[in-house]
Amino acid sequence: MKKLIAIVLALTLCLCLFAACAPKEKPADGADNAEGTENTENRDANVKFDNSSEMVDVSSLTSEQTAKIKVGLIYLHDENSTYDLNFMNASKEACEKIGVEYLIKTNIPEGQECYEAAAELVDAGCNIIFADSFGHEPYMIEAAKEFPEVEFCHATGTRAHMEGLSNYHNAFATIYEGRYLGGVAAGMKLNEMIENGYITADEAKIGYVGAFTYAEVISGYTSFFLGARSVCPSATMEVTFTGSWYDETAEKEGANKLISNGCVLISLHADSMGAPTACQTAGVPFVFYNGACADACPDTFIVSSRINWEPYTEYMIGKVAKGEALSADWTGTLSNGAVVMSEVNEKAAAPGTAEKLEEVKADLIAGKIKVFDTSTFTVEGKEITTYLADLNDWGDFTGETEVIENGVFNESALRSAPAFDLNIDGITLLDTNFG
Amino acid sequence: MNKSRAPLIHITKRKTMPWYCAWGVRGAAIVAALIACAVVTMFMTGENPIAIYAAMLKGAFGTTRKLWILGQNIAILLCIALALVPAFKMRFWNLGGEGQVLIGGLAAAACMICLGNRLPSGLLIAVMTLASIAAGAVWALIPAVFKAKWGTNETLFTLMMNYVATQLVAYFVIIWESPKGSGKIGIINQTTGIGWLPQIGGQKYLLNILVVAMITVIMYFYMNYSKHGYEISVVGESERTARYVGIKVERVILRTLLLSGAICGVAGLLLVGGTDHTITTTVAGGRGFTAVMVAWLAKFNPVGMVFTSFLIVFLGRGASEITTIFGLNHSYGDILTGIILFFIIGCEFFINYRLNFRKSAGKEAANV
Repeated sequence: MKKLIAIVLALTLCLCLFAACAPKEKPADGADNAEGTENTENRDANVKFDNSSEMVDVSSLTSEQTAKIKVGLIYLHDENSTYDLNFMNASKEACEKIGVEYLIKTNIPEGQECYEAAAELVDAGCNIIFADSFGHEPYMIEAAKEFPEVEFCHATGTRAHMEGLSNYHNAFATIYEGRYLGGVAAGMKLNEMIENGYITADEAKIGYVGAFTYAEVISGYTSFFLGARSVCPSATMEVTFTGSWYDETAEKEGANKLISNGCVLISLHADSMGAPTACQTAGVPFVFYNGACADACPDTFIVSSRINWEPYTEYMIGKVAKGEALSADWTGTLSNGAVVMSEVNEKAAAPGTAEKLEEVKADLIAGKIKVFDTSTFTVEGKEITTYLADLNDWGDFTGETEVIENGVFNESALRSAPAFDLNIDGITLLDTNFG
Repeated sequence: MNKSRAPLIHITKRKTMPWYCAWGVRGAAIVAALIACAVVTMFMTGENPIAIYAAMLKGAFGTTRKLWILGQNIAILLCIALALVPAFKMRFWNLGGEGQVLIGGLAAAACMICLGNRLPSGLLIAVMTLASIAAGAVWALIPAVFKAKWGTNETLFTLMMNYVATQLVAYFVIIWESPKGSGKIGIINQTTGIGWLPQIGGQKYLLNILVVAMITVIMYFYMNYSKHGYEISVVGESERTARYVGIKVERVILRTLLLSGAICGVAGLLLVGGTDHTITTTVAGGRGFTAVMVAWLAKFNPVGMVFTSFLIVFLGRGASEITTIFGLNHSYGDILTGIILFFIIGCEFFINYRLNFRKSAGKEAANV
């Protein structure tokens, strides 16, 4: 009898697992798209994009306005993560500059703990809550629904413009421009290696350690590659993925693997010092992200791009202090100071890099250079003339918004978070299953 | 008179200490731990230790919300610890709690995702419950079968099953991730709430707490007053005795591990269906292992485990409050928890053993 029960229970499990595999064959039944099919058609029509790059001059705030503000900050990791450290520095600096109180919660996982942390910060009197990691988003939305009087701001998220919540906001920056500049520095380094006879032109292969395989990372490595290829036309690139935002071992191993594959220059989009350490040991130059590390890697660090979150922190505090509404999306740019480059490390960079970067930066700001100019890349041998991007991410993975305009992929124009997810020619992807 | 020198200290086993002495020692250990924490804190951070303790208390009990979160965390930890008890009493070292919780949670998430559009919420919850319990039970049953039939080492086997479960969850996360490539599922059915366990009286965590309270009571009676519980303790004391008195040992092992895994499956269900509404590889968060400590500290007594799980959760919550209020690194909270646990576990030594110091000759003569 008991065996029978055990068998029945085991079969139930098996059935569940089979059921679990079903959506692969029938994507129409989509993962968590439980809204029913009848309102899928007009739901995109109801979405309004509301993206701003506005800056708030915080020096004009009165102490009465700032006295009531208390900011709650939620970080995925702590200061050992370059990504979180970059946020922490910016938020602290902005809060101290304006003179508002703030509370920090570090090491908050992307789960119920994020909701709990947000709710506790509300209890502690915070009226602005900020979270820094993509996976915090659904839990921030839960909290935003529960506490309509508190403003919830979330970096890197994608859903603020769809949720219809007046107190939930996303922010990102046109970091693809920063990465493009990093790519230009990389391309110049490749050119130097070719001129020195260290490599031939076809050996100009870049390696890139990425975290995940979605738009945020794809947009990043593609812009970096386009920057490199704009100065070194024979450049190619290999990208490996770790499947984690912070995995020092995997990032280090990823970099080592790329180096042994013949990559002569490394860049990355992950949050630990794993890849830089590997590069310093192997003597391979690299372009960094999130912050300079010329001290740790004096011989190999070329330059780094990063998002400076200070303008956004000032924007969010300033708007709340003045009692004005925040836009659903906010996008930092080169011109509003949210996308910044570190000092060029002359020891590792090719001569003239700093000057060249200034020049390209001015062209980017003036709009003379467009990073995702569709005439500069091809997908499966063809130039892209039209593309529907999945800006309204309902979990159905289908694009609905035309983003190619006048021969340019309009990245971060309508929605702050990146949407470029094309696999362009010249880039080889490895370990897309996080090998 | 014996001329050879006795060692300065020698250790002897105590017979039994009266319960009030034992609890006195434990109380003293906690006080000593708090003093040690205070000293470490003063030296390392320069903060006032009294303020630190106040912050710890505030972190655990400061607001109604904090009380609920405390209750929820105790409930989940206690639930997993309760699941381990019958196995441990039988001296089957089930270190697979983590994996059994994960696989139970995975089964619940699978139902929520794949059947969310097809079944009404009530029926879906019933299916989820069955699936979670079955998945957890099967995950514990596999090592049990090997142990019962071929005498394999259950410690290693259950431990390894944790990794299999973690990888399975990682695999399904990639299948169900949204958006593609982000490695995250997000909240399942966030707009509709299909398959979310009901909230009682608008309280998110009340259901979980009630379910675990019920399991605690049932487990207490099952272990102490049922034939099964008796069989388990006989098998634990001596398999041969058990065989001699006609207990079918294999059967007891299988039955007990089915129960153990099933309760872990319930913990997975409560986490995924009740609070988190998502599945990640870290949803159990190491509690499958912390639960081992909870169970041991309370000598496998379900009622005592309410207190030990309270203690561990209280320390964790208090420590995290310290890091927030004083702006210290999160690891600092772990250091304090480590110090306190060191004292609490260490004091068991003094309860079980006596330290005998070398006495001066005169005193010894007087004692004799």
